[in-house]
Amino acid sequence: MKSLDELKAIREKMQSQIDLRSENEHASTRIVVGMATCGIAAGARTVLKALSDSIHEKKIENVIVTQTGCIGLCQYEPIVEVIEAGKDKVTYINMDEKKAQEIIEQHIIRGQIVNEYTINSKMSE
Amino acid sequence: MYRSHVLVCGGTGCTSSGSVQILKALQDEIDKNGLSSEVQVVKTGCFGLCALGPIMIVYPEGSFYSMVKVEDIPEIVSEHLLKGRIVKRLLYTETVTEEGIKSLNDTSFYKKQHRIALKNCGVINPECIDEYIGSCGYEALGKVLTEYTPDDVIKVITDSGLRGRGGGGFPTGIKWKLAKQNEADKKYVCCNADEGDPGAFMDRSILEGDPHVILEAMAIAGYAIGADMGYIYIRAEYPIAVKRLEIAIKQAREYGLLGKNIFGTDFSFDVDIRLGAGAFVCGEETALLSSIEGRRGEPRPRPPFPAQKGLFGKPTLLNNVETYANIPQIILNGADWFKSIGTEKSPGTKVFALGGNINNTGLVEIPMGTSMRTVIEEIGGGIPNGKKFKAAQTGGPSGGCIPAEHFDVPIDYDNLISLGSMMGSGGLIVMDEDNCMVDIAKFFLEFTVDESCGKCTPCRIGTKRLYEMLEKITEGQGTVEDLNKIEELCYYIKENSLCGLGQTAPNPVLSTLKYFRDEYVAHVTEKKCPAGVCKSLLSYVIIADACKGCTACARVCPVGAITGKVKEVHTIDQSKCIKCGACMEKCRFAAIIKE
Repeated sequence: MKSLDELKAIREKMQSQIDLRSENEHASTRIVVGMATCGIAAGARTVLKALSDSIHEKKIENVIVTQTGCIGLCQYEPIVEVIEAGKDKVTYINMDEKKAQEIIEQHIIRGQIVNEYTINSKMSE
Repeated sequence: MYRSHVLVCGGTGCTSSGSVQILKALQDEIDKNGLSSEVQVVKTGCFGLCALGPIMIVYPEGSFYSMVKVEDIPEIVSEHLLKGRIVKRLLYTETVTEEGIKSLNDTSFYKKQHRIALKNCGVINPECIDEYIGSCGYEALGKVLTEYTPDDVIKVITDSGLRGRGGGGFPTGIKWKLAKQNEADKKYVCCNADEGDPGAFMDRSILEGDPHVILEAMAIAGYAIGADMGYIYIRAEYPIAVKRLEIAIKQAREYGLLGKNIFGTDFSFDVDIRLGAGAFVCGEETALLSSIEGRRGEPRPRPPFPAQKGLFGKPTLLNNVETYANIPQIILNGADWFKSIGTEKSPGTKVFALGGNINNTGLVEIPMGTSMRTVIEEIGGGIPNGKKFKAAQTGGPSGGCIPAEHFDVPIDYDNLISLGSMMGSGGLIVMDEDNCMVDIAKFFLEFTVDESCGKCTPCRIGTKRLYEMLEKITEGQGTVEDLNKIEELCYYIKENSLCGLGQTAPNPVLSTLKYFRDEYVAHVTEKKCPAGVCKSLLSYVIIADACKGCTACARVCPVGAITGKVKEVHTIDQSKCIKCGACMEKCRFAAIIKE
C-alpha cells in the first residue's frame, strides 16, 4: 500500500460489514423476513439473501435486514415486512428473489410501495 | 455479503471457559445447515463482561448470549440463525424485559461506559487487518504523515491532556516533547506491555482484541519524535496477545503500513516484540529497557531519563499499552473532543479490571470522574450474597485501599493519590466485610517481597521485615509497639528505595493502617480477627445446646480433632484443629461457630 486512497478503498469495502455489528440506532427502516419452517419451505432463505445482497450492492444505509418467526399466514409465505419509522407497516407476500429486488428498488430507494405484492391487494381481491 | 455476524469472544477469559470449542462447534453447525455463505463467525477480543463468559453476540439483532455451552450451539443455529427465533433462555438475563429485548447498550454494565481504548475490542476480528481498517484503522497514521508536522502531532497530544495510563499519570505530550528535543542519530519508541499488577488485564485485552491500534499509535509516536524502530515489551505469560501481535505486525508489513516509506512518504518505521519472563520490576521503565537490551531486568537511578538516554543509550519514548490505544482516536477526533470527556485535570477515560467480591467481574472503561459507587454498584452490579462493601483496592501492590466512606469521590489521578492510593494500571479489587485488611496488606506485601529485584537494600530487606511484622500480627504475636514500627519502616522504604516498586510497596500497608487501624488494633490487643480470616486468631467451637450428636462433623474432620458419641454433644480438640472449617460447613444444626 503506497497511498491513502488504497487505505480508503479497503475501508469502504469493510465498513458496511463492521457497521452491521453496531446496534444501529440510526436505522430508520427494518426489513423483516418471516423465517419459520413454513417460510423457509416456501423459499424465504433466497429472499433474505437477495434482500441483504441488494442492500449491500446498492450501498443503502440506515436499513437493517433481519428475520422473525412465523407471522401466522403460512399460505402467503415467503412474507417480508417493511417497517419504516413513523409509517404503517407494509407486508409483502409470496416473495421471491426478483420481487425482493424490486422492493429494494421501488420501495426502499424510491419510496413507492409495490402495491401488487402487498397483502392488502390479495385481501381485496 | 453476510446477512448476519456471530461474534464470539476469543479473549483469555472466554478462551479458558471454552470459547475455542464453541467457535468450532458453531462453524460446524453453520456449515451443516448450509448457512456458511450467509452467516459470518468472527472471533473477537474481550467484551468486558468476563463473569458471564463465554460470550456470543448475534448481529443485526444484537442478541447477547452469555455462558454459552457447546451443547447450546445446535439450538442457537437452528432457532436463531436459521429461523430467526432468538433463544431467550440463553440471553443475558438483564436484556430480557417484559417489554421485549433490551439493547446491550442499555444494560447497567454498558450504559455508563465510554469506550475509547476498548473501542474495537469485542467488535472486530483482531487477526484481520482489513477489519481494523474498516473501523477507521490506520487513518490517523495517514493523516499525520500527510498533513501534520511532528510538532503538530505533539501539540495535539499535549493539548488533549492525555496522561500516562500505566499508573503514574505523567502528561504524555510532555514525554513526547522531551523525546523529540533530544537530538540523536537513532531513537526508539517502546511499548510497556509488561502488565504485572495482580488482577489487572486491560493491556492484555487491548492487545488481544485490537493489536493494530498499538502498532498504529507507535508509528505515530515514531513520526512525532523522529524514531524508526519500536519495541513492544510483553510478558510471555500472554500467549494469545503475543500471537495476535505477531500476526498484526506481519499483516501491517505486508500492507506497507510498517516498513519503509509508509504511504509513500519519507517516514519508515518498524516494530518488533521482546518477551519478558514476567518479573514485576520490568514494568519499571529503566528495568524494562535493560531487559530489552538483554541485560538483567534491574532499575537504575534517574536521571538520565529514558527520553535522554534510554534503550541502547539512545533517546527513547516509553508508553503503556492503554495510553497508546487512545492516540489514534485523539488524532482523528481532536484534542477538544478528548478534553470534553472526563475531568479537567484527568481528561479521557480509564479502563478498570473489576475483580474480587463483585458480581460483574470484567473489564470496564469509564470516563474519568465517575464515582467509585457508580463503578461498583451500577456497572459492577454490587457485592454478591448481600454482603456489605468494605473497601476497594486500586493500583495493585503499589496502590492502597479506598474505604466505604470515600465511595462518592470521583475517580481521577489526583483524587486517588490524595486518598493514599493510586490509579496504577487500573486493577480494582472489591472487598466485603469478610475480608481482613491486615491479611490483604500481607497478601500484597508478599507479592512485592517476591518481586523485589534485590538491587537496593530498603526494598529488598525492608519489605521482607515488613512482611514478617505483618505475619507476626496475623498470628496473634503482635504488640501495639509493632504498629508504630511498621509505620516508621514504611516511610523509610518509601523514601529510600531506588525505583517505583520499593517506593510504593508500603502503600497497601499504610492505607489499611490509615483507614482500618481498629482492625490492626483488634489483632494486637484482643488477639481477634474481626473478619474471621486469620486462622491463628480464631477457633471453631461446638455449642452444646445445639449439637444433636449426629457425628457428621467428626466424620468430615480431616485430622480427627472432633470426638463424641452418637447422640451426645461433640467437642473439638483445639490442639489438633487445623481450622479448615469443614465441620462448620457440614453441620446441619448451625451448632459450630467461629470465634
